[in-house]
Amino acid sequence: MSLMDEVTSRALSLGIPFSLHLDVTYRCNERCVHCYLDHDDHGEMTADEIKRVLCQAASAGTLILTLSGGEPFLRKDFFDILAYARSLMFSVKIKTNGLLIGAEQAQRLRELHVGEVQISIYSHRPEVHDGITKVRGSLDRSLNAIRFLRSQGLTTVIACPLMRANISDYPEVQALAAELGVAFTMDPTITPKIDGDMSIVQHRLARPEIAQIFQDSTLVGDVHEFCKPAGPTTDDLLESVPCSAGHTSVYVSPYGEVFPCVQFPITCGNVREQPLNEIWYHSDQMNRVRNIRVKDLHTCSGCDHLSGCTRCPGLAYMEGDMRGPSSADCEKSQIKAGLAHIDTLPAQLQLVQIQL
Amino acid sequence: MKSHYVGRSQAVAARMMGGEIVVISPEDSGLFTLNPVASCIWNSADGDTTLEQIVRDKVCTEFEVPFDAALEDAATFVNEGSEHGILLVSEQPLPRNPQAVLPAPEAKL
Repeated sequence: MSLMDEVTSRALSLGIPFSLHLDVTYRCNERCVHCYLDHDDHGEMTADEIKRVLCQAASAGTLILTLSGGEPFLRKDFFDILAYARSLMFSVKIKTNGLLIGAEQAQRLRELHVGEVQISIYSHRPEVHDGITKVRGSLDRSLNAIRFLRSQGLTTVIACPLMRANISDYPEVQALAAELGVAFTMDPTITPKIDGDMSIVQHRLARPEIAQIFQDSTLVGDVHEFCKPAGPTTDDLLESVPCSAGHTSVYVSPYGEVFPCVQFPITCGNVREQPLNEIWYHSDQMNRVRNIRVKDLHTCSGCDHLSGCTRCPGLAYMEGDMRGPSSADCEKSQIKAGLAHIDTLPAQLQLVQIQL
Repeated sequence: MKSHYVGRSQAVAARMMGGEIVVISPEDSGLFTLNPVASCIWNSADGDTTLEQIVRDKVCTEFEVPFDAALEDAATFVNEGSEHGILLVSEQPLPRNPQAVLPAPEAKL
């Protein structure tokens, strides 16, 4: 167990919201085809309101703070909010498209000792990246931002959400990340819109494409280990919590709504009406989420894939049942299981299978 | 070292958790957990107090330990903290840093 795992485990036992994801705006200067947000401003919190939330989170024990959006740098008071967060000694991670980060902004981020800046790069080809963001020139601007951040020595990560439009380009994005001296992470999860609209899930990868990335050791590490058959369902597993949402992590929207996670949009309260700590400790909805153990998942608890599954409770909730399965994760588990079976067959039988 | 001034780096992230302070250094993303004695030193390292003063006035008082042994251990901790960039050590007083880490309230779940 890593030290971070130990600390998170301690936060779980103490009931501390160890990490807070705070979207400071849903406004954005890109229009990504797969984005789950409504970019109109429906009444964002002021800087003072946000600072109050940060103060409440710090006093509740939150250490990890993710500031995101929308595009957070669209807020003219973003650096004011950021400076306040750092004065409260949060470890700050920023998720941005980087379009508004120049040399001056990068230097300011360095001075504020921001822990990590994550920028989405969809492709090395402008026609693909800009086609996804719907902003011409956005790839060049995002890459320039990364160069400015690196020149300041800031820890920078390229995130590459994978979808049908860019599945063939991720190896080149990985190479680009290596060339720029930054880390690379990918995610094949396309989330339904926060209002429940499912139309954007059409961008999700098809099964053969998911199978392709599950067999790429540069993405999953040891492929045999990653695709090995799920282990037995133990009592410990059944008694465990399904994920960190509502246990050690919490989300606050630009309008003050509190969810267990950005991908789990069940409203537990609003920081404009109640302090964050009160919502965290006493909200009925938060406690409903918190009381769920793996054994309470009516379909998943009996599933053969349980121990190896990455089931997202938020996606399950958006499909209508927070105790039910998430079909996207079922699909991933089935694909992994299929790969494991093929992999463990003798070569001759694999050939027979292909001929069939 | 023992008569040197000790300060907390302003670059770190830190929070009290279950009586111990958790510190993250953004320089190398290093994560450190400080036991109660180290946490006491950390919270007293305001930049214009020497290590000797911290040990005498805080550590020995709060933990009822002998001065010499406590000072040795404290010097080792401060040395390590300084190597990881989470603590600053100087022969001269450092800019005062009042950012002590306060305990989180009792869990109410």
